[in-house]
Amino acid sequence: MRRKTTSKTTYTLPIGPIHPAFKEPVMFEFEIDGEKIVDVDVSLGQVHRGIEWAGMQRNPIQILYLAERICGICSFSHPIAFARAVENAANIEVPERAEYLRVIHGELERIASHILWAGVAAHEIGFDSVLYLTWRMREKVLDLTEYLTGNRVTKAMITIGGVRRDITKDNIPKIRETLEYYKKNFEKLRHVFLDDKTIKLRSKNCGILTFEDALKLCAVGPTARASGVKKDVRVDQAYAAYGDLDIKHITPDILTGEINGDVYDRIVVRLLEVKQSIDLIEQCIDKMPSGDIVSEPKIPKLLSAIKKNAGEGIGRHEAPRGEVIHYVKLDGENEKPYTWKARAPTYNNILPWIPMLKGEQIADIPIVAASTDPCISCTNRVLIINKKHRKIMSREQLHRLSVEKTRRLMKTHHIIGGGTI
Amino acid sequence: MSEIVLKTIVGTIVLALFGIIFGLLYKGIDRKLSAHMQARVGPPIRQPFRDVMKLFTKENVIPRHAIPWIFNLAPLAGLVATISILLYIPIGGFEPILSGSGDLILILYLLIVPSLAMVVGGFASGSPYATVGAQREMVTMIAYEFPLAIIIVSIAWKLNQLGNVDVFALSTITANPVWNTASGPLGIIGFAILLIVLVIVTPGELSKIPFDAPEAETEIAGGLLVEYSGRNLAMFYLTDGVKTVIMASLIVVLFFPYNLSNILGITGVYTTYALDLIFYLLKVFLVILFSVTLIRVGVARLKIDQIVYTYWIPLTLLSLVGLVFIMWDGFVTVP
Repeated sequence: MRRKTTSKTTYTLPIGPIHPAFKEPVMFEFEIDGEKIVDVDVSLGQVHRGIEWAGMQRNPIQILYLAERICGICSFSHPIAFARAVENAANIEVPERAEYLRVIHGELERIASHILWAGVAAHEIGFDSVLYLTWRMREKVLDLTEYLTGNRVTKAMITIGGVRRDITKDNIPKIRETLEYYKKNFEKLRHVFLDDKTIKLRSKNCGILTFEDALKLCAVGPTARASGVKKDVRVDQAYAAYGDLDIKHITPDILTGEINGDVYDRIVVRLLEVKQSIDLIEQCIDKMPSGDIVSEPKIPKLLSAIKKNAGEGIGRHEAPRGEVIHYVKLDGENEKPYTWKARAPTYNNILPWIPMLKGEQIADIPIVAASTDPCISCTNRVLIINKKHRKIMSREQLHRLSVEKTRRLMKTHHIIGGGTI
Repeated sequence: MSEIVLKTIVGTIVLALFGIIFGLLYKGIDRKLSAHMQARVGPPIRQPFRDVMKLFTKENVIPRHAIPWIFNLAPLAGLVATISILLYIPIGGFEPILSGSGDLILILYLLIVPSLAMVVGGFASGSPYATVGAQREMVTMIAYEFPLAIIIVSIAWKLNQLGNVDVFALSTITANPVWNTASGPLGIIGFAILLIVLVIVTPGELSKIPFDAPEAETEIAGGLLVEYSGRNLAMFYLTDGVKTVIMASLIVVLFFPYNLSNILGITGVYTTYALDLIFYLLKVFLVILFSVTLIRVGVARLKIDQIVYTYWIPLTLLSLVGLVFIMWDGFVTVP
């Protein structure tokens, strides 16, 4: 036990980088007084894989498969955000049917992800029976994904300018059957999570993120919505087919009539989103027009079209955890992109951890940390290692470095649009 | 004299083996049953035996910040104390090897020793996780002792009312099963309440969900046991198994001390012993099923303040209600 010299009443409790509470490496340093958390510091950088650099050595079609491997659970969200960025940069139109298919697959991923999260959250508070119950329910949506795409996790559905597989009339009964299964079992899931006494004891008034903090710290996804911040890319900047569908912000007051911003509210939001996703998929099946599923099926032709385009593109998508943004810059000369930058939703949800955790108990750490559904390998992008010495850069240093780099880029390249996006 | 000494030594060895083997067996059954309740296949019932065998072959790592002699002594002290409780507990039709006028009180104190050994071992291992776990274990001990004491005192008080002298002796309690001492429905209800409270105290005593905060895997990575490995961990594992049998036996002795041979009227030395032993093992199994397996698959883990609240407020009040019912039993006649 290491004691701080300044204060005798608190001690440091390191949680991580490898700890059973986290499925991925992340490091917390807690200042604990008895059981109470006085202060917390988060440090990341344990799973940096250099995916962006690897991507910049490849052409956009190859990057799609790399983007898919940024995160196993968001294996649709990252490629769709990347594809939308390239489409934006190269002015590629996506056929309407493909937009509907993208929504269907995106929402299937959301169902799978939220139910997976529910199981993980139950495990964090020691309720393993619920973990097995929920993960067994999740199998159904994975089976459907396999039926529709050929794979359970890395689906390889997205291509630039559309999707790679159609959903035919023969597939629809199976989709409806799965959706019926979830509708039937939704009440069971709701009862287990929202009515169980011990789950309530552990999740109510625990890990509170206020509306102001959620807004100030730029929380995204269910984490923000549970605090009452109405923020959802699908509604705010309707893309794909979301503009044609009946969709609204999900906040906990829809079900409970109040917004507390605690772990319980995050459970409520995710449960309601599962229901919303079922509804969205049904709407898509009913409204889906016939037509092409990809604007340019010949990949060499598509790549040469992308190659000729110079420009910047932004792709946004509401992943299960929140907004994911991909930025792509094409220089009009090379097949490979000049820059590729991914920002996963967990990146935004790291800072909200601090107000959530302060003042709580050690026992709340796993469930509060899990309540934002963190995906660390999505998030880790920068790690500076200089001869085994890890260096943490301050905000000012990073800002100065980025300003320097922008100046350098502006000198050597003619930035289109002068850097305004 | 030498015969008694021989009997004690042989009996102790037999009981230690009995406790360890059945402790591990019940652990295996518990794991298998809870797996089936969670729609899993689960490990084979002999898995705990394999675990222990493997742990004994593993390296015994002592952390750099630990105090080695306390760190190594704690698991041994825990196991020895736990096995010594077995000497006082009547198993089936067998009389306990040791007995005395206040052995129930002695058992209660001896039950604290393995927990204390874990606390001492946890503090000695020099890990912040183990320190947090040790603090939690102490708090949990303080929490569950309160309702437990009320249960024991209630039973002893009732026996005293009936004119027994050695009310804290297990032999007195087994000779007068509590249900027989109740003279009306109030008494039966009172004892039933006490039984329920004791069933909920058991997972606390054994550090099982929902009262497993001292070892909470997802929070403090195993807490008290985080630094233990190899032989030392195996001894704590055995202690846990034996303690489970003891807690279940205690419930059996206090509330269900009946023997099948008396009820069926079977005579013959060997058949009586065999039948009573099997019946006893069955009773212990049922108690473990209700107090450990069913509770642990049905709820989430509580926080340490919630554990204290649960034991001190609702459960203590409940056991006091039981005590009041038992007190009224003799005076109030229900029409």
